[in-house]
Amino acid sequence: MDALDLARWQFGVTTVYHFLFVPLTIGLGVYVAGLQTAWHLTGKEHYLRLTKFFGKLFLINFAMGVVTGIVQEFQFGMNWSEYSTFVGDVFGAPLALEALLAFFLESTFLGLWIFGWDRLPKRIHLACLWAAVIGSNLSAYFILAANAWMKHPVGYEVVDGRARMTDLWAVLTNSTALAQVPHVVAASFVVAGGFVIAVAGYRILRERGLTVLPGRRNAPAAQDATVPVRRLPDMWRTSLRAALVMTAIAGAVVAGSGDLSGQLLREQQPMKLAAAEGLRHDTAGAPFSIAPGVEVPGLLSLLAAHDPRATVQGIDDIQARYEKTFGPADYTPNVPVVFWSFRVMIGFGMTTVGLSALGLWLTRRPRRQRGGTAKPVPGWFARLCVLALPLPAVAIISGWLLSEIGRQPWTVQGELMTAASVSPGVSLGEVAITLAVFTVLYGVLALAEGVLLVRHVKAGPELPPVENAPTGAVPARPDEARLTPTLMY
Amino acid sequence: MTTFWFIVIAFLWTGYFVLEGFDFGVGALLPLLSRSEADRKQVLGTIGPVWDGNEVWLITAVGAMFAAFPAWYSGLLSGFYLPVFLVIAGLIVRGVGLEWRGKVHSRREVALCDAGIVTGSVLPAFLWGAIFGNLLFGTALATVLGGALSLSVAVLHGAVFVALKTTGGVRARARRAALLAAVGAVPVALATLPSVPGKGPGWTLGTALLAAAALAAGVTLVWGRREGWAFTATATAIAATTATVFGVLWTAPLPGLTLAEAASAPYTLTVLTWIGLLALPGVIAYQAWTYWVFRKRLTAHVS
Repeated sequence: MDALDLARWQFGVTTVYHFLFVPLTIGLGVYVAGLQTAWHLTGKEHYLRLTKFFGKLFLINFAMGVVTGIVQEFQFGMNWSEYSTFVGDVFGAPLALEALLAFFLESTFLGLWIFGWDRLPKRIHLACLWAAVIGSNLSAYFILAANAWMKHPVGYEVVDGRARMTDLWAVLTNSTALAQVPHVVAASFVVAGGFVIAVAGYRILRERGLTVLPGRRNAPAAQDATVPVRRLPDMWRTSLRAALVMTAIAGAVVAGSGDLSGQLLREQQPMKLAAAEGLRHDTAGAPFSIAPGVEVPGLLSLLAAHDPRATVQGIDDIQARYEKTFGPADYTPNVPVVFWSFRVMIGFGMTTVGLSALGLWLTRRPRRQRGGTAKPVPGWFARLCVLALPLPAVAIISGWLLSEIGRQPWTVQGELMTAASVSPGVSLGEVAITLAVFTVLYGVLALAEGVLLVRHVKAGPELPPVENAPTGAVPARPDEARLTPTLMY
Repeated sequence: MTTFWFIVIAFLWTGYFVLEGFDFGVGALLPLLSRSEADRKQVLGTIGPVWDGNEVWLITAVGAMFAAFPAWYSGLLSGFYLPVFLVIAGLIVRGVGLEWRGKVHSRREVALCDAGIVTGSVLPAFLWGAIFGNLLFGTALATVLGGALSLSVAVLHGAVFVALKTTGGVRARARRAALLAAVGAVPVALATLPSVPGKGPGWTLGTALLAAAALAAGVTLVWGRREGWAFTATATAIAATTATVFGVLWTAPLPGLTLAEAASAPYTLTVLTWIGLLALPGVIAYQAWTYWVFRKRLTAHVS
């Protein structure tokens, strides 16, 4: 165990945490902006209530995405100073652009949105949310362009032991980035979609007096603050359907861009592709193992080259070739981790998208009934929605593990190895302290976020203002609603 | 080009210290300015819409250092490993404290958020001054003095900001807090002043004197209840101090490292210049608009 190992663990821990919150921010922001747009266009009350309800969940999560992101901006310099000095000329540019073009937009306009409900004209207020959401998505593009450069460095030359950028446009339009950006952003929409689906499923169950696990029944309590919600038209059905559509469309984009990434891997990172299958030798018509021992002949070749007879390079043969090119070293990543993360990513991701397709079919409105009331969402499906909550999050984290552990032992493919990237002046003890504190701090905060989210989902949306409320309805939290309009978010 | 990017980075740090300076001050003063929950909401309401945007100045400054002077970025952050780590930890607890405060239920949870806000404001406000003090002089005294200077000036700046943005009891207490903070900030500033001559280029003595004069003017203006002008003066003092620090760093951004050695190639600096020149005015414009939207003083009833 040395500083290098701990620095790698620290990067892994802090980035996986960051990557739990950020995809939700990216997707949920667009979802909330969509809801507010629907309210703006139709003027229907339930869109506003959904906007505020999911807006609050969005903000609880947004805070974590921001604070865990600060760590990332500093961590390269703190733990990976050799890497930073080598790549800064190229890699620093998209990071600086991300801060300048994306983070300012996101943070400033989100502040305006949160505090501007009763201070800005409606249209401007809505535009502020869209500006913030565009900022979030733009930041994904820049950081993924930087990340793609590590896997497939382009637009640079090495002078005096440092990478020098020769073409910014090449860096920003790196083929790896162009495949990776839609893949990760769409996957973020699947994560957010899965989150909304679970929340809506839970609210549907709760308002029918059902519990998540079948067998126990709660009568809908008369005192339950959420009861009057049922009088509004199909609020949760609307939000569920919108999320199902978002997830299904995003799922198609994830699959398409994933296919593109797979083909790029064959040219750019053959070792990652080989490790993802555990393929030992160069093989024509390489099979794909659905599980160890269950092989589909030619499927890996089909995935990677759109040709079932194409040759896929194997781990041992790539190792031998790399030794000839780069000198003796171990060029093989952790094969079991890469193998399994690949399968979990595909399996869990496809299950989520399948669930959304099933949900769209179950909640369809038959032609004959158009204009009439649609079928209610089946209780068993609502339960499934809640239980599927972890699937897309696990899938996207697995995708990250596949992508980054499969890249090892390189930080910059073919140019710089991870072992040579670490800060030489930082001691084992220093990394151990920061790793321990970050792990504990992030663990506590993640738990707190979970508690806050669950609490707000259980509490349900705020009730309509008293004058519009059905007779006899009592606002759940009148003091908060009246006294603190601007600080509620 | 190297000089130009050094100035850009100094500008970004200046923006960060001026803007987050009052965020830190407001956070640090939270328990001292408030008698009730309504007071606390009023105090935090002054920075509520803007603190996150202000923090991005730091992210941009650091990102620009990474792109324009990679060796400076990596040397500074790995060299000041634990202090930088503590700054980040502070920013984390402050950020979640500010964001979650309005979303928790019980008094205990609100108190926990407040503790995060206070800790996460005091810690970075002290550490940034300590880091730059140590970077310039390398002595323990300079580290402590630098930290004391940045913390006391941030508290003063924040108190003036609260006095400018509120009404009633909070405003009166903020004015008193500003005067008390001045009792700390002025002697510390006077103690650091003699270290400037002979350290950097000749003009840094001018900016240092400007900073001292602005600080004195700020205190006088607070006394005279001219809060808008007092805020301008404390902002000028912070900007002039930052200019002095970077003026000294210009010859040696890190011990044993020159700017030329640390810099990226001309191509990178040129393309970044074009993008920066196009984008930065827009950023400044929409952040300024935010302050315009929330220009009204907060009263206890509304917030």
